[in-house]
Amino acid sequence: MSGGHSTYTPKTGIGRWIDARMPLPRLVYDSFIAYPVPRNLNYAYTFGGILAIMLVAQILTGVVLAMHYVADTRLAFDAVEKIMRDVNSGWLLRYLHSNGASMFFFAVYIHIFRGLYYGSYKAPRELLWILGCIIYLLMMATGFMGYVLPWGQMSFWGATVITGFFTAIPLVGTWIQELLLGGFAVDNPTLNRFFALHYLLPFMIAGVVVLHVWALHVVGQTNPTGIEVKSKTDTVAFTPYATIKDGFAMLLFFLLFAWFVFYIPNFLGHPDNYIPANPLKTPAHIVPEWYFLPFYAILRAITFNIGPIDSKLGGVLAMFGAIAVLFVVPWLDTSKVRSAVYRPWYKLFFWLFVIDAIFLGWLGSRPAEGSYVAMAQVATLYYFAFFIVVMPVLGLIETPKRMPNSITEAVLAKNKGGAGHPAGATASPETKG
Amino acid sequence: MKKILKGAAALSFALACSLGAASAQEEGHSAAEPTHFPIHKPEQMDWTFAGPFGKYDKGQLQRGFKVYKEVCSACHSMNLVAFRTLSELGYSEAQVKAIAAEYTVQDGPNDAGDMFERPGIPSDYFPSPFPNEQAAAAANGGAAPPDMSLLAKARGVERGFPQFVFDVFTQYAEGGPDYIHALLTGYGQEPPAGMAIPEGTHYNPYFIAGKSLAMAPPISDDQVTYDDGTPQTVDQYSRDVSAFLMWAAEPHLAERKQTGFSVIAFLLIFGVLVYLTKKRVWRQVSH
Repeated sequence: MSGGHSTYTPKTGIGRWIDARMPLPRLVYDSFIAYPVPRNLNYAYTFGGILAIMLVAQILTGVVLAMHYVADTRLAFDAVEKIMRDVNSGWLLRYLHSNGASMFFFAVYIHIFRGLYYGSYKAPRELLWILGCIIYLLMMATGFMGYVLPWGQMSFWGATVITGFFTAIPLVGTWIQELLLGGFAVDNPTLNRFFALHYLLPFMIAGVVVLHVWALHVVGQTNPTGIEVKSKTDTVAFTPYATIKDGFAMLLFFLLFAWFVFYIPNFLGHPDNYIPANPLKTPAHIVPEWYFLPFYAILRAITFNIGPIDSKLGGVLAMFGAIAVLFVVPWLDTSKVRSAVYRPWYKLFFWLFVIDAIFLGWLGSRPAEGSYVAMAQVATLYYFAFFIVVMPVLGLIETPKRMPNSITEAVLAKNKGGAGHPAGATASPETKG
Repeated sequence: MKKILKGAAALSFALACSLGAASAQEEGHSAAEPTHFPIHKPEQMDWTFAGPFGKYDKGQLQRGFKVYKEVCSACHSMNLVAFRTLSELGYSEAQVKAIAAEYTVQDGPNDAGDMFERPGIPSDYFPSPFPNEQAAAAANGGAAPPDMSLLAKARGVERGFPQFVFDVFTQYAEGGPDYIHALLTGYGQEPPAGMAIPEGTHYNPYFIAGKSLAMAPPISDDQVTYDDGTPQTVDQYSRDVSAFLMWAAEPHLAERKQTGFSVIAFLLIFGVLVYLTKKRVWRQVSH
């Protein structure tokens, strides 16, 4: 799709016939076989593939689970237990699906952090980045609604709290909340529409993933140096080089996934969700799934009014702002250098940001009282400062390290004395695979 | 090296933050009027079903079932567990039928349109000792005894940082049975001086949601007769019934762990092969 003409030549008569009418094999060949990728990609770049396969896994397990699930407040909890106890391998399907959601988010966070570290969002990849942000938003909506379906205590109260955020919006807030709930409180209509949307959104994610991959294949992948591909020696063919590396990374990721599914399947869940939803009994601490905890901490960090904005609306704005700010990152970062490898100060602030995000996650799991609140406020301040202050200012004042002229030069400098020229591998990628 | 140093610095920063947080937790917390529960964390017990090769001890499950049947079931329902599944405890088909027949189940309506009662059959579920939740609450001082089907997964004392990180590696997933055992053996202690215990409740420092609970000490030594020579102590009863409740909550646990072993072994072997292939493919290319 990108950077020049197709090298696909169908070998059989049928191949030529199809190619003349609907060149799908050509598309696949150009996108996943001959497609040139930078030769210096490290394992941080394998998470795109991991995410793709996790999306497929979630859809497959989800479709089968939906065959056994009943979206009715009187039956949902028992339907899930029926899956766990009586459906053949039902326990496996359900644990794969529930832990799969966590793994999906774990992978997406690494994917996003990788993008922030190597400056993957910079021109000409702004749209690629924004499409990624949209996928992340859709994932959050899907994950949240999926957690409501088992109809346990945390399902119910999580849904109550999160839909309650919308009432903070002036004028239309209550209307939006009632639209989401299908009534005045979380009840059967809520469960029904959440199930319908939980089934729909993954396919919307798949649609945006297609756009994401399309945009990627137009502009090409970045790489740890942040230097654009300049010559053929900078790249290798997607197959076999990237496929085998991605494949190996997927297997490592599956090991982690299997560890959770088979040995500690409830580690990432909350015990209260094994208690059927009870609208009359509020749990001691309502906490969302772990992957929302940083945003939950930001929400609760705003305990003060800012002018006409009361603390509730302020918290909701801060929480949505924490995600919204990601969309404008390509324009917040003023640095001419793409990769953190050549930006010593940015690197420092980046790692502080990672720690800050994890710390916020932990704070989100604590009750909002005492010194937790103050800590969450400091951590929230840094979260926003990283984007709004550090990114624009640092780009103007930081002196970057000397950069190599090309990817090939960077690689050769790193492997001094090692195997020098990339032999035939890159010279004629079309003959490989 | 620089990366490692930086990582260590980052870690110690995170640690310092959380330690500050831990001390914050203690504000307003006194022995007489604690604000955080449970007062004592449950002791970690040895369970046969813990760890990567864990499986249930059928003898223990049968003893635990006996404790449930003779003691707990007077107040606690277990309505997600069917009699037929008791065969997993090592009972024969005839024994399962006999156990089911000990219970009376409401069925109907019959041809005349009347509900009727009949002895249980293996496909029935454990009936509730109360006709409905309101009746259960009314008979128990206002608090309905929880259903026991999922109790071992629905309870768990928070492990806290950094223990929860270690738990990933040690595969600690027995918070439920540890808690149930601690609660059952935690009665009979003197509350700290100055602590007011509401009437009709019983002090138990292991209770997750307060200083005392409505359930009276449910079991005493020698209350249930074991015919296999196992000591008839509250501690032993508690272990056995906790194991039984873990089975009730997670009947496919052993199958899950066995499958996990095969899956992980496969992934490791396949992973090594793919890694070697990857090395070979990339041998010519410095990167």
